[in-house]
Amino acid sequence: MASHVLLIEDEPNIAEAIRFLLGREGLTVSSMSDGTGAAEAVRAQKPDLVILDLMLPGCSGLDVVEAIRANPETGGTPVLMLTAKGAGRDREAAERAGVDRFMTKPFSNADMLAQVRELVGR
Amino acid sequence: MRRVRGPLFLKRGSYRRRRLRDAARMLPFAALLLFMMPVLWAQDGTVREGTAGDGLYLFAVWFGVLAVAAAMAPWLSSEIGAEDEAGAEGRGSGEG
Amino acid sequence: MPFNLLVLACLAYVAFLFLVAFLAERRAAMGRIGWLRSPMIYTLSLSIYCTAWTFYGAVGYAARSGLEFVTIYLGPTLVFVGWWILLRKLVRIGRQQRVTSIADLISSRFGKSNLLGVLVTVLAVVAATPYIALQLQSVTLSFGVFASGTPEGWALPNRDATAIWVAGGLALFTILFGTRNLDAKEQHHGVVLAIAVEAVVKLVALLAVGIFVVWGLGGGPAEVFERIEASPVGLWEVQPGRWVGLIFVSAAAVICLPRMFQVMVVEDGDEHHLARASWAFPFYLLLMSLFIVPIAVIGLERMPEGANPDMFVLTLPLNEGQGGLAMLVFLGGFSSATSMVIVESIALATMVSNHIVMPLWLKLRPKAAISGDVRRIVLLSRRLAIVAVLTLGYAYYRMSGGSAALAAIGLIAFVGVAQVLPVLVGGLYWRGATKAGAMAGLVTGLSVWAFTLYLPSFGPDAVMARSVFTEGLLGIGWLRPEALFGVEGMDPLLHALFWSLALNTLAFCLFSLLTFPGPVERMQGAAFVNVFDEGGGPQGWARGRAEPEALLIMAQRILGEENALALFAAEARAQGKEGYLPDATPDFVAGLERRLAGSVGAATAHAMISQIVGRATVSVEDLMAVANETAQIMEYSAELEAQREELTRTARQLREANEKLTQLSVQKDAFLSQISHELRTPMTSIRAFSEILTEGDLPPELVANYGRIIHEEAIRLTRLLDDLLDLSVLENGSVQLNIGVANVQQMLDRALAAAGHTRPERSFLIIRDLPAENIFVRTDADRLVQVFINLISNARKYCDAAHPELKITVRQRAGKLSVDFIDNGSGIPKQQQAIIFEKFARLTDQTRAGGPGWGWPSAAR
Repeated sequence: MASHVLLIEDEPNIAEAIRFLLGREGLTVSSMSDGTGAAEAVRAQKPDLVILDLMLPGCSGLDVVEAIRANPETGGTPVLMLTAKGAGRDREAAERAGVDRFMTKPFSNADMLAQVRELVGR
Repeated sequence: MRRVRGPLFLKRGSYRRRRLRDAARMLPFAALLLFMMPVLWAQDGTVREGTAGDGLYLFAVWFGVLAVAAAMAPWLSSEIGAEDEAGAEGRGSGEG
Repeated sequence: MPFNLLVLACLAYVAFLFLVAFLAERRAAMGRIGWLRSPMIYTLSLSIYCTAWTFYGAVGYAARSGLEFVTIYLGPTLVFVGWWILLRKLVRIGRQQRVTSIADLISSRFGKSNLLGVLVTVLAVVAATPYIALQLQSVTLSFGVFASGTPEGWALPNRDATAIWVAGGLALFTILFGTRNLDAKEQHHGVVLAIAVEAVVKLVALLAVGIFVVWGLGGGPAEVFERIEASPVGLWEVQPGRWVGLIFVSAAAVICLPRMFQVMVVEDGDEHHLARASWAFPFYLLLMSLFIVPIAVIGLERMPEGANPDMFVLTLPLNEGQGGLAMLVFLGGFSSATSMVIVESIALATMVSNHIVMPLWLKLRPKAAISGDVRRIVLLSRRLAIVAVLTLGYAYYRMSGGSAALAAIGLIAFVGVAQVLPVLVGGLYWRGATKAGAMAGLVTGLSVWAFTLYLPSFGPDAVMARSVFTEGLLGIGWLRPEALFGVEGMDPLLHALFWSLALNTLAFCLFSLLTFPGPVERMQGAAFVNVFDEGGGPQGWARGRAEPEALLIMAQRILGEENALALFAAEARAQGKEGYLPDATPDFVAGLERRLAGSVGAATAHAMISQIVGRATVSVEDLMAVANETAQIMEYSAELEAQREELTRTARQLREANEKLTQLSVQKDAFLSQISHELRTPMTSIRAFSEILTEGDLPPELVANYGRIIHEEAIRLTRLLDDLLDLSVLENGSVQLNIGVANVQQMLDRALAAAGHTRPERSFLIIRDLPAENIFVRTDADRLVQVFINLISNARKYCDAAHPELKITVRQRAGKLSVDFIDNGSGIPKQQQAIIFEKFARLTDQTRAGGPGWGWPSAAR
């Protein structure tokens, strides 16, 4: 069974690129463009991995992670966070919130795929 | 209490006037020195026939001192109540 | 020379003096003082230093001791030539403190202590009594000289009777002109003019004798010079101790003698007159002593063996048959004696009445001090004191029986009054001098002087038993009056001078150091020592009249000018005399005291007010000096306060600047973070798709699509960089504007088209008024479009309304065009509106996506 990835990214072009790359890897990808309702979507879809942008319209990616972790049903879901803000502060805040991996934009496709593979356990 | 400090250096005119006051203070001491000369002359202890000579000397010195005093008096008189009189005197009097 | 003619001439001379004094008094009473107070009169009045002692006695002194007599004049010469040092201060203080006598000066300096006043008065009376006796004696002697030579067989008049007549006459003159009125200032124009006339008479008389002797009898200066060398007087051996000691004691005496103080400070205390007298008075002394030695030498040559050299001035012309000259000399000697006695008795009477009689009287009848007219009592007590002083002098004369050597008596008196010197000089220059010190010094000096010089002068067994002289007081060997502490073989005068002044000064300094002065003492000490600090000196107001003024000045110095003036003006209005100073009513004074207490404390305010209002013991000047000090201290503390405020202000400014810097730093971080985000976002797409394309194996439509995305994102990146450059260009102020004519509508079209890329997924309702926009303006079209783009993109990004809309209105007003972009979002909170034109600010929200905050800064410019 193909692993399922939930992508939450407000930049359509970036979302497009990630969808293409993961799809080529054989993963199923569903995507959202803002953070509101993201936690609910995670609970409903039970994805194998959540890829999340830090800065989202509506709410912060950190809030989304916290919401995911706060729910026992979704608490174990791996989260890969992407951000265009490369400051160390943000990375620390993300790790505190319970993010599994943290990647700074722009990223190399190979690196991103390697992280995803690791997180989905393949 | 604070003391108002005067300027460190004075204009030439003020400087001259200060020295004039100094001279006025020194004059009596200079005069005393001159009036003491007969004592120094008598140091050998011998009786001298000195009334005429010493008298002439004393009167000459006396007259000279008065001439100097008379020359300074008008200048000093105009110094009375001068604006920097207070400061200079005030500091000076602390020593007494 | 008929004796009755002499008596007639004498009476005529006295009548002339009466007339002179009377006319001067009348002139002064009419207010035409003019030359009555001039440097010349001042100098001549100082000549009372030359009494009958010096007029007659100097020649005798010269005959016995050669040039030593001149020391009596050299001392005063030094003091006057050095007037700038001491006399000037003395005169200034005398004028400022309205000093009435030397006793008053000392008592005033040491906290208005009446006990000190009494002490100095007693000292002065004791020292002056033999001196007055000496004058009576000289007049009697000179009468006797004439009487003995009278050919008409006039009986030698009774000496004692002569002395009584002289004393009585002097008392009458002194009472008439010395106690005519009781002025605020002790000035006696009549007396001063009379003694000035007498000064001229005695100088002319002595010079006339001198000229007669040198050119008439001696054969010219050269010959007289030789004769001096040949005579016994020419063998002069200077005694260093006496030479120095006598110069010193006469210098001290000219400062401390009550009569000298009277004419020098009390009668006409004017520093400018003093400047003239500084050389003119010593010159007078020089002239007085010029012919002393020649007269002595010629007298010894010509007069019979055993003739009294003290009378040579008179007997020499008489012997040579110069009756007229002798008469002039007699009048000169008479003048010397009378002027001295008159002034001395006025000075002593003032002291006695002010420091002994009046305090006693007020103590016995305390009510009179408040209600009665004190002036009458004062005048009466002065008159009685004059009579008493002269009676004392006469009694001394009778008791001593006419001592042969006049000079000795004069010197005894000199040493006596010199006891005041340490206290006087200490009081003038040393703030630490205290009342107890002054008391100790004076008592010590007075006792030692009396024991070693004054009492022994009466001779053994007269006052002190002979045994005291030989065996010492109470049989103690080192307490012999003329060999104190075993110092033997010293000249008795020097011995007394040394011990009295040394012990006096020692006691004065020691007690001053060990005791603590009272408040009034300290005030007075400061006022005396720092007399020149106050500047201008007294303003010449009478105390009673100017009381409200004094209160005002004091209040001004404590409360500040405006407050004090307001207080006084309010009181004046209340009293119904607006525009004038208010009367010092009890209510007002009590109110003022309360006001002052607020500034200087209740105790001080009470003391100050009671001193001014009660006219008790401190003069207004002292209080003003204190007030001035207080004002200075307050000014100083106000300055400190100001400095403190300044510091607080600076600290606040620093804090604000720091806050602003911190804020800016936060903004900068946010800005950089934002920039980073803005740049990284397109870069991410570009990188991802370029890597995908690099790998190949893609369907052509995907390649085209991804290539388009890369292209779009590249354009977006370029625009961001352009924006950034715009900002820095504007920031440096070196922007290059391409001014041209552009249509607002077209510019808005361009801007809307460009801004449409921002969040294209959101539908935005744009409300425009196209006809209003159709305006041409002179501007840099590209930049203005950029501003519009920024504003529109911001609206697109941040408008939080459910159905966002943007209204663009264009209005023309007073030659200016305004373009408003109004969205229906929640807007910017009021407190943050101030910072929207700060270049980095993007308000608080970091999480919302969108452009950097540089839209508004370029719009504001």
